[in-house]
Amino acid sequence: MSDSVSVARAASTTVRLPWRRARWGIWLVNSLTIVLAVLWAVPIIWTIVVSFRPPADSLGQGDVWFSDRGVSLESYQRAVDLAPFFPHIEDGGLSRSYYGNTLEYVLMTLAVQIVTVTLAAFAFVQYQFPGKRLLFYLILTQLMIPTAILLVPNFMTISQLGLYDTTLAIAIPYFGSAFGTFLMRQAFLEVPRELVESAEIDGARWHHLLRHIYLPPTRATLVAFGMVSVSFHWNSLLWPLVVTSDKSRPLTMGLLRFTQLTDIGAQWSLIMAATMIIVAPLFIVFLIFQRQFIQSFINSGFK
Amino acid sequence: MTSVARIFAPNERGKKINLPPYLLILPTFIFVILFTIYPTLSVFRASQEYYHPNRPNRTQMTDLNLPGVEEASRSIRGPHEVGLAYFRAMLDPSTSEGETFFQVMRNTLVYTIITVPVTMLLAFAFAVLVNRSLRWIGIARVAFFYPTMLPLVSAATIWLFFFTPDYGLWNVALRLLGYTGQENWIINRDLGLWALMIVSIWKNAGYFMIFYLAGLQSLPQDVYEAADLDGANWLTKMFRITLPLLRRTTLFVSVVAIITAFQNIDHALVLTNELVTGEADLLLYEIYKQRFVLGNYGFANALTVVMILVLLIFTLSNFFLSERGSDER
Repeated sequence: MSDSVSVARAASTTVRLPWRRARWGIWLVNSLTIVLAVLWAVPIIWTIVVSFRPPADSLGQGDVWFSDRGVSLESYQRAVDLAPFFPHIEDGGLSRSYYGNTLEYVLMTLAVQIVTVTLAAFAFVQYQFPGKRLLFYLILTQLMIPTAILLVPNFMTISQLGLYDTTLAIAIPYFGSAFGTFLMRQAFLEVPRELVESAEIDGARWHHLLRHIYLPPTRATLVAFGMVSVSFHWNSLLWPLVVTSDKSRPLTMGLLRFTQLTDIGAQWSLIMAATMIIVAPLFIVFLIFQRQFIQSFINSGFK
Repeated sequence: MTSVARIFAPNERGKKINLPPYLLILPTFIFVILFTIYPTLSVFRASQEYYHPNRPNRTQMTDLNLPGVEEASRSIRGPHEVGLAYFRAMLDPSTSEGETFFQVMRNTLVYTIITVPVTMLLAFAFAVLVNRSLRWIGIARVAFFYPTMLPLVSAATIWLFFFTPDYGLWNVALRLLGYTGQENWIINRDLGLWALMIVSIWKNAGYFMIFYLAGLQSLPQDVYEAADLDGANWLTKMFRITLPLLRRTTLFVSVVAIITAFQNIDHALVLTNELVTGEADLLLYEIYKQRFVLGNYGFANALTVVMILVLLIFTLSNFFLSERGSDER
């Protein structure tokens, strides 16, 4: 074991240990990594495998992984029939669906956040004004008291605004983001002051400064914030559960209802097909852009 | 100031007031006021009101020594001004509010005290293991990190199967290791909370791993080279160099981990929602349950106040601790 970790270190630091000392240590660390990685991956692998079994297969008798009846898309078909995951044409328009609702509130949140966050962060970096610190700290209270825990009083506000059971109700508490403001402010602070000043001398107005001086070098941070925002909101459940009842249900709530349908019972392949329908888009995007995703999450202490 | 500032700025006296920054901050500020600051303040007020609109029947009026509510002439469903009666009741384990409160606080404490260090330890171990440049190590990173990308409700749904008695894979694995105890994890009074903890640890270890990974990659390498020359073994290097240098990362991760533990309870909606007597209820889940399942508005508001106070105390003590820490160096 003693060798193993120093080898792990050596590999990353280019400090080379004598080859023969290193050998079995490397082997040990590698096998430990593989065993743990496989253990961690079992849930998703099992989910994918089982989702392709026929829906009525009972896992209790026989193999919990593979079916004698082979691979089928039946579970997906039945899941889609049982719950409105996807929209269909209805009265000349698209019907409400879990996917439609999730996309609606996730993109709405993202679009508004990008604007509010950029403007606020820009103001905090570019200007000196009375009350600046106070305003900044007031906004930062959102990091201290996450919106998620204020669901009872915020539900009152949503009802009073008449927004109950709309996608706007799911999105609106997150339109102002302390985390995003803070993140963009940190990025804007890195923009060289001389650049800003020379643009000001050339007569640039505030939106010129923002568009041509501040945003170009910080686009990566904004993208990172967007990725974290999308995955956070795509995955949220408790708040949508509280403020929607029927027509505005998002995907996560669809899955919750699905697991609670009594006639489904222990039809695991059906439930796992539904799970896959919900996680697949984000998951595939994650696999393609994993480097960017992981980097984004590193930059994002508070979601 | 900028030219724009001048256009907006001068008032009659010609003294400049910068309007643009306020206008730019306004959108963010409105939403923060409306959905963070206003509810935080209003809930203090609301917690002093008894309101239980769908209270089942009149004969059960024994709980809460609420002033005025005993009077038969008044509605037992409220609303009534009760001052701090909820908080008094919460501190008295003989009331039903007190009983619930103690159970929930105990659960939240156990949940946090166990999941946070275990998840952080695993996260650190994972980070050390995958902080190497091998061709396949990227796959291992993804294997550890992917649960972060799953909705907590999907993770819980998958684990719902794993916790199934008899053939659920978690139970199968435990039996292989010689476990002979209860297998019905999610509907068991003692195991329910553990089921929540297991899902949380599995889901978050990879998320915290990436912070340690970033920390490890920013460590100065010459220190290790020097240690190698001194013949230091891995144990010495780990405890004398790596961990002390990663102290800030550890502090940061612990803050994120604790806040995550407080605000993520989606898995309880899938796993332990059948434990109606609340043996596995966490604080935020109890707030949800009291308000939206049982319709006990006043108690839900009072519990929200407790949650806010816990978070404030946590953040402030953390702030002062880290201030002290930075003075030391």
